[in-house]
Amino acid sequence: MFQEEVKTIGGLRLHVIPTKKYKTNTLVLKMKAPLCEQDITMRALVPYVLQNATERHPSMKAFRTYLDELYGATLQVDLTKKGEHHVITIRMDVANEKFLGDTSALLREALTLFSDMLFRPLTEQGGFSVAIVEQEKRALKQKIQSLFDDKMRYAQHRLIEEMYKGSPYALDVHGKLNDVDTIDAKRLYKHYEHMLKHDEMDLYIVGDVTLTDVEHDVAERFSLEARPLRSIETTTLTKRTNVQEVIEKQDVKQGKLHLGYRTNTTYNDADYNALQVWNGIFGGFAHSKLFMNVREKASLAYYAASRIESHQGMMMVMAGIEPSNYGRSLEIIHAQAEAMRNGQFSDEEIIQTKAVIRNQLLETVDTARGMIEISYHNVIATRQRPLDEWLEGIEKVTREDIVRIGEKIELDTIYFLTEKDGEKQ
Amino acid sequence: MKVIRYDQLQEQLFYERLNNGLGVYILPKKEFNKTYATFTTKYGSVDNCFTPYGKTSMKKVPDGIAHFLEHKLFEKEDGDVFQTFSKQGASANAFTSFTRTAYLFSSTANVEENLETLLDFVQEPYFTEQTVEKEKGIIAQEIRMYDDHPDWRLYFGTIESMYHNHPVKIDIAGTVESISHITKDLLYECYETFYHPSNMLLFITGPVDPLTTLEQIRNNQTKKTFRSPKEIERFRYEEPPHVARKKHVIEMNVQTPKCLVGIKAKHVYAKGKEKLKHECAMGLLLDYLFGKSSPHYEWLYQQGLIDETFMVDYTEESDFGFGLIGGDTSQPDQLAEEIQRILVQFSDIDDEQVERMKRKKIGSFLRSLNSLEYIANQFTRYAFDEMSLFDVVRTLQSLTSDDIKAVARECFMHEQFAVCQVVPKR
Repeated sequence: MFQEEVKTIGGLRLHVIPTKKYKTNTLVLKMKAPLCEQDITMRALVPYVLQNATERHPSMKAFRTYLDELYGATLQVDLTKKGEHHVITIRMDVANEKFLGDTSALLREALTLFSDMLFRPLTEQGGFSVAIVEQEKRALKQKIQSLFDDKMRYAQHRLIEEMYKGSPYALDVHGKLNDVDTIDAKRLYKHYEHMLKHDEMDLYIVGDVTLTDVEHDVAERFSLEARPLRSIETTTLTKRTNVQEVIEKQDVKQGKLHLGYRTNTTYNDADYNALQVWNGIFGGFAHSKLFMNVREKASLAYYAASRIESHQGMMMVMAGIEPSNYGRSLEIIHAQAEAMRNGQFSDEEIIQTKAVIRNQLLETVDTARGMIEISYHNVIATRQRPLDEWLEGIEKVTREDIVRIGEKIELDTIYFLTEKDGEKQ
Repeated sequence: MKVIRYDQLQEQLFYERLNNGLGVYILPKKEFNKTYATFTTKYGSVDNCFTPYGKTSMKKVPDGIAHFLEHKLFEKEDGDVFQTFSKQGASANAFTSFTRTAYLFSSTANVEENLETLLDFVQEPYFTEQTVEKEKGIIAQEIRMYDDHPDWRLYFGTIESMYHNHPVKIDIAGTVESISHITKDLLYECYETFYHPSNMLLFITGPVDPLTTLEQIRNNQTKKTFRSPKEIERFRYEEPPHVARKKHVIEMNVQTPKCLVGIKAKHVYAKGKEKLKHECAMGLLLDYLFGKSSPHYEWLYQQGLIDETFMVDYTEESDFGFGLIGGDTSQPDQLAEEIQRILVQFSDIDDEQVERMKRKKIGSFLRSLNSLEYIANQFTRYAFDEMSLFDVVRTLQSLTSDDIKAVARECFMHEQFAVCQVVPKR
C-alpha cells in the first residue's frame, strides 16, 4: 500500500507520496483536457517544445547540461489517452543526494527547473522560439508517420479508429499530420497560455519526502489560478447490427488480428472489478484461456491476449498469426468468449486470476510510476477507489458477477492486418 | 555465508556458493512489496558449438536452440508451469540473451512456494518429441513478429555487419528453418551441458529474510543429486578485429527510414575489473559525444537528421563488444556520415567534461537501482564475467580523461564502423 498526501494550491493539485523505496525522487506533472480534434495537434507539440529550453537555459545543450550537473536528472514527456481525455505527462527524476555524499538540495533544484520550464520557457516576440517550434514540428510529423512502421501499434490504432469512427477516442494522441504545418510559434504559445488556465493540473512528488517538506517550495514556484473542473460525457457506442470486419493488406509476414469489444463497464462502475476478473480469466495472463488455447493448444500464435481500457469501456484482443490461419484463430477466440459467457470457467480459474490481479496491483505500486498511475485513475474517474478498496473489490467478485459482466460484453469490430495476395512464400 | 555491505548505497548483499557449485545472492529490500528472483544459466545464443557433456568432441547445434530450450522448460508432464505460478499469485517469465538464459518470477505472496517452483521447474526438464514439434509453430510466429519489426531488423542487421564469424551475429531465436532441426535429444544434450548448478546463478531481491531464504535453497538443493561439475568447452570462433561489411540496406514496408552506426570494439577484456573499466569508459565517451547535452546531438537535431528515437548504447559481454548509435531519420546516408565523422574527429575531452559525465553516469546508476529487475539481471550479467554491479560507481569515479581517450584510439576508425539502414521499399 502507499500513503498519499494531497493539497490544492490554486489551480494545482499537489500529491506527495512519501516512500523510502528509491534512490531518486520523482516529479510528475499531468495536464489533462478533453480530447478534441481542433487542438490535439497543438497539445501534442507543446511538451516537446517546452523540454527544449527555458529563459535561463536558452538552448537544448544548456538545458541538458544543467540536467547532467544535477547528477543526470532525467526529463521525459509523453502523451496518453485516458478515456476521452488527452493527458500530457512530464517527468523529472533526480538522485537523492543522501546516496551521493553530496549536500546540494537536488529536489529543490529540480523543482525550480521544472517550474522554469512551465512558466519561463524560451520565448520571442510573444511566441515560443520559432526555431524550436519548427524543429519540433518536423519531429512530430516523423513521429506521427512512424506509427505506420510498428505494425502491432498500427493495428491497435486502426482498430480503435474503425471502432470509434467520428468520436474523439478515435484520435491519435500525437495529433493529425495535416494539422502540423498550420501551427506557428505565436499561435502555439497562445494555446499554451490557454492550457495553463484551463487544463486540470496534477503534480506528483514521489520519494523520501513529505508534504510539509515540499509544500512551500511548490507553492512558491507554481502559481496557477484556480479553475473549474470540466467534466465530459464519454461517447457511448451504439450497438451495431452486425459486427464490423475490416481487412487491410500490406507487405507483412505476420498477420495482426485485433478485436474490439464494448464492455459497457468502466472504472466508474461498481462492477469494474468483475470486469477485471473476467478479462483475467479470458486473456489477461499466461494462464488465461486465450494463451492456453490459441498458443499452447493450437500453436497458432506467440502472443494472444486481451486487455481492457479502464476509462473507455473497451476490451481488445490481439494475436499475431500466420495470415492463412485467420479463420481458425477467430473461431478459437470466439469459442473462448462464448465459454466465458456460458460460465464455463472453474473456481480454480477464478481464484488463480484474483491472486494474479492482486499481485499485479501490489507490484505496480513498487514503482513510482505505478503509484502515480493508480492514484491518477481517481483523478480521471468520478469514483474514488483507493488501493485497499480495489484489492478488496477484487476479492469479493463472485462467479455470478463474472457471468453478469459477460452478458454486457459485445464484439464490435474485427480488424485484420494481413499480407498482400500472392505474396506467400 | 558472506555479507557484503555497501554503505553509501545503504545496501547489504548476502552470498554463498553451495556445495553443488550454485552461486546464491540475496539482496534484501524491506520497503518493497514484491520479491523478484532470477535463476540464470551462463548459456545463450552464442554457445552454438561446444563439447556436450559426456562427449569428447565439439558439436554444432541448430541456431536458436538455447531460446527454444527456454520455452520448453515451462512445459511439464502435468501441464504448464505458468499455471502453477499464477495459482501461487506470481508472475513468471524467462528470456534468452546472447550469453544467458534467465528464468524468473516476481510475487508479493507465497514467495517460498514460488522459489521452490522456480528451482524445481528449471532443474526438472521434460522434453518429448510431441511437445517439441508443437513449440515450433509458436516460435515460428515469434520469429515472424520480429521479421516485421523494423527496429529489430535494424539492430540485428548492424550486428550482422560487424561480425565475420562470431555467433553474436545470429538472431537469438534462430530461423524458422534452423529450429525445424531441433529435437528432444538435442535439447537434453544442451540441458545436460549447461544447466549444471555450477554454471548457474540465483539472485533474489525483495522483502525476504536472507538466512531463512538461504536455508530453504540449501534444503531444496541437497534433496537433488547432481553429477560433479565439469568445465564447459565452448568453441572459440576466430574473429578479425575489423567489421565484416561496411554498409547494409534493408528494404521494408516502412514510411520513416532508420539508420544505425555500429562500432566494433577491437579489444575485449575477458573478465574482471579491466573489462568493467573498458565498458564504463566507452559508455561514458559515447554518451559525451551523442547524449542530449552534447553539441553534436543539438546540431544533428537542428539539422533535422535525428528525432527523439535517437539512441546510443554500448554492450560488452564475454568476448564481444559493440556500440550502436542512431535512430529514425529522413536522411539515413547523411546521418551515417555525420556520426562517423564525429567519431573519427574526436580527439580530446577535458577533465571538467569528464567530471560532468561521471556525475550523470553515477546519477543514472542510482536511478537504475530503483528497479529490482535491473539489479537482478545486471548483477548476474556482471557476475558471469567476474565483475560486480556494485563496483560501477567506484569504476566510474576512477576514470581519467586518458582512459577515455584510449578507448577512442582503439575503436574510432573507419574499419571499426558498420552502417545498417532500413528504408521504405521502392
